[in-house]
Amino acid sequence: MASLKDLRNRIASVKATQKITKAMQMVAAAKLRRAQMAAEAARPYAERMDRVLANLAAGLANSPDAPLLLRGTGRDQKHLLIVATAERGLAGAFNSSISRLAREHANRLIAEGKDVTILPVGRKGAEILRRTFASRLESAVDLREVKQIGFSNAQSIAESVIARFEAGEFDVATLFFSRFRSVISQVPTAQQIIPAQIPVEATEGPAVPYEFEPDENEILADLLPRNVAIQIFRALLENAASEQGARMSAMDNATRNAGDMIKKLTMNYNRTRQAQITKELIEIISGAEAL
Amino acid sequence: MASFPFELVSPERLVVSEEADEVTVPGIEGEFTVLAGHAPFITVLRPGIVTARSGSNARRYYVRGGFAEVNPTGLTILADLALPVEELNDARFATEIAAAEHAISLAHDDESRAKAQQQLAWIKDLQALVVPHHVHASH
Repeated sequence: MASLKDLRNRIASVKATQKITKAMQMVAAAKLRRAQMAAEAARPYAERMDRVLANLAAGLANSPDAPLLLRGTGRDQKHLLIVATAERGLAGAFNSSISRLAREHANRLIAEGKDVTILPVGRKGAEILRRTFASRLESAVDLREVKQIGFSNAQSIAESVIARFEAGEFDVATLFFSRFRSVISQVPTAQQIIPAQIPVEATEGPAVPYEFEPDENEILADLLPRNVAIQIFRALLENAASEQGARMSAMDNATRNAGDMIKKLTMNYNRTRQAQITKELIEIISGAEAL
Repeated sequence: MASFPFELVSPERLVVSEEADEVTVPGIEGEFTVLAGHAPFITVLRPGIVTARSGSNARRYYVRGGFAEVNPTGLTILADLALPVEELNDARFATEIAAAEHAISLAHDDESRAKAQQQLAWIKDLQALVVPHHVHASH
């Protein structure tokens, strides 16, 4: 049986841990609110972008002079997986569930004989995926210094991805991130961004006959890269909110577990103390009786 | 004067959503003014100033990158960057110019280089137009 001093030390150490997890939970809650607001604020742009793209692309999707970003290279051999995770751990299953989805996807493609390259965004995913895909992994996009993800971050990722697409380095790009449903539910998601998937517009009847300046194709050529950046931006924002949500519930669990543990240890401590007192009393009494 | 809904949206937020009587927009092929009932129309933007008027009230915004869409329900401008002209200053222009120069250095063919250089030229023109006015206004 552990001595009283040992028990006291353990209680103190669990209490210290509990303080840390509690603090992390509250920080995550505050950051979550900000991240959610940012994700919300980005929604109008993406919605309107989708609408315009749907309008534009409807007539062009199958024509041979549509931009490559829309109709694809016509091949399906080389795949780029963009895996967006967090820069930090201690967020429950957040990083590992995105990585798992990406790993399954990659394994399936490899089994089909495709070429797979992985571009990790965020250090944690890179660390996890390095174990299985070291040779296919590119150096991670580092967002550690970024406090609030801005459109420019997404844009620079998009620019490099598009430049590589134009250089013929891959045919299909898929983006992996975690969609934020609620604090307790984040859904790892795979989304194809190149060639673009145009949302099917089920609203307000026939498309409006627009006039274009310059012409339709040139506008599409401007819009499609922008759309890639927007999709990445959206994924990063969803990810940021998901990360904080996951961390918040993970830390909430940890705090509760620490509380249970403290309760158990304290009970143990009190019992041991009482046993010791009883033992001492018995020793005194039996000593007195012996006289 | 009939008004129509006008929205200015950047990827980070909805900048403005209001009723306007007329809005002047810097299109890639020249400025144009939208009034209520304008024909459906989509254009790419050049870096410039959007002016929204309602009654005697005029507000001006700097926009860069993106496009404008006029449809029967109103005018929507989607811009990479959109902010009130009051927030424009030399520091902001310095970052804008640096970004444009960076884009020129990234250009991989003559066509995209020419486009990037045109962007830079527009931003510089704008700076010449806007900033002295600012210095003047702050005194």
